[in-house]
Amino acid sequence: MNRNDLGPMAVDRRDFLKFTGGGIAVFVALKDSTLITEAMEQQRGYPEDFNAYLRVAEDGRVTVLSGKIEMGQGVETSMAQMVAEDLRVSLDSIDMIMGDTDRCVWDAGTWGSLTTRVFGPALRAAAAKAREVLLELASERLGAPIAQLQVENGVVTVKGGQGRVSYGELAKGQKIEKTLDHEAVLRSVKEFTVMGTSPKRFDRIEKVTGQAHYAGDIRLPGMLHARLLRPPAHDATLKSVDTSAAEAVPGVTVVNQDGLVAVLHEDREVADRALGLIKADFDVPQPTVDDKTIWDRMLAAAPTGRTTHEAGNLSTGEGACKKVIESTYYDGYVAHAPMEPHTALASAQDDRITAWISTQSPFGDQGRIARALGLDPSKVRIITPYVGGGFGGKSSSGQAMEAARLSWILKKPVQVMWTREEEFFYDTFHSAAVVKVRSGVDGNGKVQLWDYNVYMAGTRGSEVLYDVPNAAVVSHSARDVHPFATGPWRAPGANTNTFARECQIDIMAADAGIDPMEFRLNNATDPRLRSVLEAVAKMADWKPGAAPSGRGLGVACGLDAGTYVAHVAEVTVDKSTGAVHVDRMWCAQEMGIVVNPVGAIMQMEGCITQGLGYALMEHIRFRGGDILDRNFNTYQIPRFSDLPEIETELVPNDDLTPQGGGEPAIVCIGAVIANAIYDACGSRVYTMPFTPESVLAGMKT
Amino acid sequence: MRETIRFRLNGRDTTLETDGTRRLLWVLRNDLGLTGTKFGCGIMRCGACTVLVNGNPVRTCRTPLSSIQGADVLTIEGLANGDDLHPLQEEFADRGAFQCGYCTSGMILEAYSLLQRNPHPTREQIVSGMDRNLCRCGAHKRIVEAIEAAAARL
Repeated sequence: MNRNDLGPMAVDRRDFLKFTGGGIAVFVALKDSTLITEAMEQQRGYPEDFNAYLRVAEDGRVTVLSGKIEMGQGVETSMAQMVAEDLRVSLDSIDMIMGDTDRCVWDAGTWGSLTTRVFGPALRAAAAKAREVLLELASERLGAPIAQLQVENGVVTVKGGQGRVSYGELAKGQKIEKTLDHEAVLRSVKEFTVMGTSPKRFDRIEKVTGQAHYAGDIRLPGMLHARLLRPPAHDATLKSVDTSAAEAVPGVTVVNQDGLVAVLHEDREVADRALGLIKADFDVPQPTVDDKTIWDRMLAAAPTGRTTHEAGNLSTGEGACKKVIESTYYDGYVAHAPMEPHTALASAQDDRITAWISTQSPFGDQGRIARALGLDPSKVRIITPYVGGGFGGKSSSGQAMEAARLSWILKKPVQVMWTREEEFFYDTFHSAAVVKVRSGVDGNGKVQLWDYNVYMAGTRGSEVLYDVPNAAVVSHSARDVHPFATGPWRAPGANTNTFARECQIDIMAADAGIDPMEFRLNNATDPRLRSVLEAVAKMADWKPGAAPSGRGLGVACGLDAGTYVAHVAEVTVDKSTGAVHVDRMWCAQEMGIVVNPVGAIMQMEGCITQGLGYALMEHIRFRGGDILDRNFNTYQIPRFSDLPEIETELVPNDDLTPQGGGEPAIVCIGAVIANAIYDACGSRVYTMPFTPESVLAGMKT
Repeated sequence: MRETIRFRLNGRDTTLETDGTRRLLWVLRNDLGLTGTKFGCGIMRCGACTVLVNGNPVRTCRTPLSSIQGADVLTIEGLANGDDLHPLQEEFADRGAFQCGYCTSGMILEAYSLLQRNPHPTREQIVSGMDRNLCRCGAHKRIVEAIEAAAARL
């Protein structure tokens, strides 16, 4: 099979060996995994059986190559831990290369809490197989059967005997290629010495000394900074443009080609000023929707839905209930607002282009840039430096397309670093959404009816989670509802769905006069769900009491990316203003085997903190295609003073392979705060974020 | 307007012949190669571009170069003494007081200034002192703990 038959993304094994020189190469088989499925779905060409690759060099150093990227979630370190564990080398002998399309095999992208859950097992299998290969070589070298060999820190010794050889010595002069199956024996939890520990992060020194490079920190000789003409609103069209004043600025290059109007200069501030000199006239249609009316538009646009869960019979359920409670929950658009705005540096040379991009999807960008420039993807190389936060928002890389097109036109290196205003304007927001729920309980406090309709949030997190005999879950979606782009936002949809479910559960518990923790446990048999609820109740020293108890305590639980979470929040509500402060937050999480406990806890803390934003303050205001919040002066994100005291606990479950960690602990934050607000003051809030006005209004009803 | 700007940068005398209206952020990043100072918002609302000017935290995204004439400027690159990290850097590194790292330079310098003014701050004083610096990853809890730990060592 020649390379072209494999499709654009296939990588030939020999290329890897050529690239890396001698040493031992191990390819990871991923048959039947979601990675393969994703590859097939996106028609990227069958990636053969290779997705990750690791190499033991002659000096004993191990290079791990992964298409995943590091955006703060710590996978650079945790992936190395997995390799160190199963290969039996020291962590500091490992070098990570991530998100480089010339060096790493295709990967769909870094999202969905998939790195550890789906990519991890393959990586561990690769390391385990490499260990077996090295032991075979050592056995020959030392003249001892494999069963008598032991290995630690990359050195093989004979048990109770003489003889010693390092991986580096074994790799010397060898060029061995092995294809993996899934049968390599992974080390068990009991044997772990590297996994399950929390070593210092690989990126820690660079990031505290200013040496860590992000896309905007890469410099090439002759590099130009580009600023682009932007429409005032998403639905605006350019009528006329006059760039003559910008062209008159010494050293400024103006590009006006195929809708791309840009000014470039070696000094970014000169480019800024030149942009201001462009005279442009846009047609801006009258707005037909805004952040107050968007939900009506959604309900009108998506009358019929897709049933994703059905049990029993809704009318039977209704008959079994003492009372049916109907609620509608609303969620607004939320920005990703990573501290690093979208940035890219592209450098076109001859028939090739290289781009350094702040991206969660280097291979996706490679394909998009190749298509836009009419190039074979093999001519496009994407390199991913450290990414300054992503949260789902760096999955489509418009800035990279702009840099690539400009560099291709000018044949010079071009940096595009979006301003904060551009970052907000072109963000792929967390979708606004509506959820309608009808539900009820019988005389024993058992939920008998769950009639759930979600509009525009999707199905993630819409599981019933509790044991409800009569239930239907229906997801409604429609195209062209949003006046701007939306996209994945940390646990996409699950924040909305968990908010609706866990508030509705609380409303039923309060109506029945039952403690909300007891109510949940009384309706849940899933042992993993019960384990996190029981754990968080213990952490928070939960004392039973029906809401509103005046204590300001709320509970919520959820499931995301294979991981169960439960939270308790304690809030203070200022009854004169409606202002809410979260004082304490407890979180118990069960995620199977934990690769790096501190890393997992940092993600939980990050989720809780970021969740405060969408629950209490974040909401993009807009009028038609005009985004009204474009910087941190009007768009507030959580600050130090907003932080509660956070207590976290990992509930052990070593019988389950590692599950997702980057997103689960954010899904409950809306609900747990809403439930605590109700407990504090009797105000039930149905729309996120919970503004002081809405809390006050709820107190009056 | 071209002018001669003389200042001390991370302990070294520095002279630039350039337009004094240029913002310090871009001069640091593009002329002087000090990219540890980050662009975040451009309107002094996030703190990613913070450096110390005569010991005070300054948002360089809006600071004209001419205003630092004769001043002492400290950026993240100048905080360590060779390979010896400042205690704040060590505590940030070892306590996981960063995730993506993009706000970290500004956080560390803001904290440095806070501890210069108040070597033993209470937790509340740390929170209010750091409140204008934004972090999106949610490392706040560990940043506060790192500052407390560094204060205890200084």
